Amino acid sequence: MPVKLTVTGAHAVAHAMRQINPDVVAAYPITPQTPVVEYYANFVADGIVDTVLVPVESEHSAMSAVVGAAAAGARTMTATAANGLALMIEIVYIAASNRLPIIMPVVNRALSGPLNIHCDHSDAMLARDSGWIQFFTENHQEAYDFMIIATKLAEKENVLLPVMVNLDGFITSHGVESFEMLDDEVVKEFVGTWNPKYSLLDTQNPVTYGPVDLFDYYFEHHRQQEEGMKHAYEELPKVFEEFAEISGRKYDFLDLYKTDDADYIMVIMNSTASTAKYVVDELREEGKKVGLIKPQVFTPFPKKEFQKVLNGRKGVIVLDRAMSFGKEAPLYSLIKSSLYEVPSRPKLGSYIYGLGGRNTSPKMIRQAFEDAFNGNLLADEQRYLGLRE
Amino acid sequence: MPNIRDLVDYVENNDWAFAQGHRLCPGCNAPMVANWATLAAKSLGYEPVVGVATGCLEVSTSIFPYTSWNVPYIHNAFENVAATISGVESAYRSLRNRKKIDNDKIKFIAIGGDGGTYDIGLQSLSGAIERGHDFVYILYDNEGYMNTGNQRSGSTPPGADSTTEPLGKASSGKLQLKKSIVDIIAGHEGVYAATAVTSEPWDFMKKMQEALEFPGPAFIAVLAPCVRFWRIPDDSGVEVTKLAVETKYWPLWQYNMGVYKVTKKPKTFKPVKEYITKLGRYNKLMKRPDANEIIEELQNYVNAKWDRLLALEEITKDKPIRTKI
Repeated sequence: MPVKLTVTGAHAVAHAMRQINPDVVAAYPITPQTPVVEYYANFVADGIVDTVLVPVESEHSAMSAVVGAAAAGARTMTATAANGLALMIEIVYIAASNRLPIIMPVVNRALSGPLNIHCDHSDAMLARDSGWIQFFTENHQEAYDFMIIATKLAEKENVLLPVMVNLDGFITSHGVESFEMLDDEVVKEFVGTWNPKYSLLDTQNPVTYGPVDLFDYYFEHHRQQEEGMKHAYEELPKVFEEFAEISGRKYDFLDLYKTDDADYIMVIMNSTASTAKYVVDELREEGKKVGLIKPQVFTPFPKKEFQKVLNGRKGVIVLDRAMSFGKEAPLYSLIKSSLYEVPSRPKLGSYIYGLGGRNTSPKMIRQAFEDAFNGNLLADEQRYLGLRE
Repeated sequence: MPNIRDLVDYVENNDWAFAQGHRLCPGCNAPMVANWATLAAKSLGYEPVVGVATGCLEVSTSIFPYTSWNVPYIHNAFENVAATISGVESAYRSLRNRKKIDNDKIKFIAIGGDGGTYDIGLQSLSGAIERGHDFVYILYDNEGYMNTGNQRSGSTPPGADSTTEPLGKASSGKLQLKKSIVDIIAGHEGVYAATAVTSEPWDFMKKMQEALEFPGPAFIAVLAPCVRFWRIPDDSGVEVTKLAVETKYWPLWQYNMGVYKVTKKPKTFKPVKEYITKLGRYNKLMKRPDANEIIEELQNYVNAKWDRLLALEEITKDKPIRTKI
């Protein structure tokens, strides 16, 4: 039977890893990801899992080692945050291009500088074009669940892509909350065993991983990566369905909250969606027709799903916890371009919030909604919540 | 020792671990190193799995859809071959422990040039050695970023011309000595580390065997000329490394858990100037007024290093500082 655990988000993620029990985990500690590695190291030290843990000397080596391990046919995981992701980014791209189904929780933190250890999504956005599937999670339950979903999806033969499971630094990783943990056996059966077609340890059938790929093939291989991403998009509903069968929790590309009859919809990722849902409830009590979309899947970007929900609304407010200096914010620009093709385009507003862990209060979220009620949304204007100008 | 009959058979039967048809320059010493390492492993009954850092050897041997590697091979990036092979080796331990594979013959060989070893890959290598992974790292040292056209590395010797620290009207070029890479590796203590040269294949093979049998990280630095940018005739690489040993420029020695051993002790030595003047990369230096001063400094250095090696051999004899990795 599933059990309720009241622990930190980092602990919840470590429990998912424990149940999956990968062959190899290579990781380097970085705030606020550190407790994920610490909990897992304890599972190894106590013999609860028999993973080979590689305590590497940097994130660059963490990603390099899991690339080697995955190419050797091992189920592999690592975990990182912010500057750690930036340090390993070269190999993050290589992992995807080698089609290695590595799973990596990213405990979202501001990307320096100046140095800041608190939450925002600039790290995840750094990797948005790296070829990894990217999930975003609101709370402990989702972080735990999506680790399991990620493993199932990544290893599908027509996908074979690595997956990042994003959870908010400190807010989710260090906050204590209850979540429901599935039975070990149920998770074990759900993820099954990983039997790769090509392994470096198959000495009878030697393969060359990571060749030089020049102008005559490189382009085609990148085109194939896009095909893998397309398959991930197609496979996801099935995986969500299968996961619902074991957990009773049915996920989708988008978490829709009170959107059915909503005139105004806010789009926001990860933990601040909880605050925004609270504001939606308050506004609903005041008779305002508002709703919220929390994308669970960022890459592959669920464009059609957004088009379907947002077409014909009066106003859409997109909250980004990252900036794209000199350009529109990452989530906003994708939603805006998705709406190019819908027959009845809503008014759009772009809001940056919570950089470097800046607290985002219900009042700030309400202010963005009020701009929408007042017809004060400008598609070409980037606004800031909770900022001293 | 690797069986010489086996080695002949591999050649006669075209049974290469590292196949012909690669695109390295004529006279390049890197493929000799790749060949000897993999064939020695095979002859000793091992099944080599190879990782190569970005560099000449890598770009010339795996141009898709072709590969010279008739054994499992991975290239990841420039600075991370040691971390990559440490992951492969970890997977091997895990999958064997979980009884997913049943093969106890696999040995892991990482190969990198001097750029990927002395410079950009040093951290990754140090980490992998400190963690005690069971692998052999082979450095083919051609003393510069030769793949990209002779840029200076931490291995480029003083007075040698390079494109990023050239000799010019106002500069004698690079004046710093090479890092003593084997000493750096030996500083990890729980390690086997050795030098080798392309002119001494049996010395290399013997060290390769010790490295493969060493139950942890092992490192062999092979002086392997780039004929192109050392500005020497295509067929003279081996001759030049022979001279490097005879002039104390590149002594042959090994370190094993604290114990030093000099593996070749020439009875007489030639002056290092003889080595320098053989290499076209020093032509600009030789025309400078400070040439003799720079060469003399190098001579004093190699003399002192040689004496130090003999002393280390003497005082560490039968006195390992570690018994475990």
